Amino acid sequence: MKFLTTICLLLIAPVIWAQEADLLSLVDSGGQKEYVTGAFKSSRVINGHSVEFIGKNVLDVRILHRFGRISDGIGEFFGLDQAAMRMGFDYGLGKNLTIGVGRSTAEKELDGFIKYRPIQQATGGKGASPVSVVLAAGAALTTQKFAADAKFTDTKHRMAYYSEVIIGRKFTEAFSLQVSPTYVHRNLVASQTDDNDTYAVGIGGRLKLSKRVAFVADYHYVVSGLNKDLYKNPLSLGFDIETGGHVFQLHFSNATGMNEKAFITNTTDSWGSGEIRFGFNLSRVFTIGKKKNTPGS
Amino acid sequence: MKKTALALCMLLVLAKAGLAQKYFTKNGTVSFEAGTALEDIIATNKTAASVLDAATGQIEFAVLIKGFEFRRALMQEHFNENYMESSKYPKAVFKGKIVNLTPALFQKPGNYPVTVKGVLEIHGVKKEITTSGSLAISGTTVQALAKFPVTIADYKIAIPGIVSDKIAKTAMVSVNCNYAVLK
Repeated sequence: MKFLTTICLLLIAPVIWAQEADLLSLVDSGGQKEYVTGAFKSSRVINGHSVEFIGKNVLDVRILHRFGRISDGIGEFFGLDQAAMRMGFDYGLGKNLTIGVGRSTAEKELDGFIKYRPIQQATGGKGASPVSVVLAAGAALTTQKFAADAKFTDTKHRMAYYSEVIIGRKFTEAFSLQVSPTYVHRNLVASQTDDNDTYAVGIGGRLKLSKRVAFVADYHYVVSGLNKDLYKNPLSLGFDIETGGHVFQLHFSNATGMNEKAFITNTTDSWGSGEIRFGFNLSRVFTIGKKKNTPGS
Repeated sequence: MKKTALALCMLLVLAKAGLAQKYFTKNGTVSFEAGTALEDIIATNKTAASVLDAATGQIEFAVLIKGFEFRRALMQEHFNENYMESSKYPKAVFKGKIVNLTPALFQKPGNYPVTVKGVLEIHGVKKEITTSGSLAISGTTVQALAKFPVTIADYKIAIPGIVSDKIAKTAMVSVNCNYAVLK
């Protein structure tokens, strides 16, 4: 009899206990893969590409300014009297694919790029990558007239190319870091002390100061290919400020170039000599494409 | 005596099998609208997990905040990074009870209005809510529909002044889940 009662109780128990159980644990398989987003506020750290993407069907209109040297003093209003600019349009073909074009006033240069993210940082689940990996490649064409005595004047002599791999990780909500080995090939270089091929390694970091303000640093170390007596490694330090659909990047830099080829191979100013410039990137995004997103459909 | 006990026992076991059915879904739809005349803000999540216990009327939902999809990528980023802080509070959870439910209901196909009462946790803040909805029961599947308002300030979600005209004070949340029998 006792035995039977025990059996009965055991059988009844689940009926009674069912009420107490955490129902969700019945379906929670756990370890869902979740992509890490927002490593950087913008698709550029400052000058260089970041591991961030603008998103599908998004048009990012970018207005970039680099002023003159602060060290030029009050006579040049600390560099603000002169400015180089680049106007650019980036478009998100997919979540992980962006193309863009731009034109810079420096060397009247037209540039275009394609940027693809094969691996996005994720947490949980199988095969979650601890880092994002991004591939970017671009071309630049200078449309400035060649000097009258120039020896090489074919269209190919106006072209330069770059390609890079960006490996980045958002370590915490506030801190992200990326490393980007970059290769730049110029069909024509200014002097015999320069190689056509330049190799550089970029390091970009972000430290969020508040939800909408972040400190950013962007440095490219030129490994080989440039005359180090003349050319310097570009270093930019600044702040990202986000207001709704805009991102303002305000910064100080020794570089004037606003595409990979230009700032890596064409930076001659030095932080050590105080030859730094104020600059800003202004980004405004527009979502193109179908308007309706009906809930519950 | 022995026989009675055994019969009672069997009855309870059968009752459990027949009535204490649990239903579940892992791809329920939860969407919300929090737009104003200045901006449409609509997001949909099609990966809501939910379990419904027919015996007790208990009903629970878990929704990953990062699973909400917006038309505008930047809006989605701001939603996660600035408003919901989804890395810190990855899920919204509702645990409640259908108050006017009788287990026998599940034996009879039909459309039934229900009232659900429970605790909704969003952005780390728990708040008791009551809402009405409906259950459409047909054989082995159950469809649950509900629509209820969520006052954003109740969940300590900070909206800066500069965008406060664009975001509604109250978001309308819609739930549409198709449940199958949980085995």
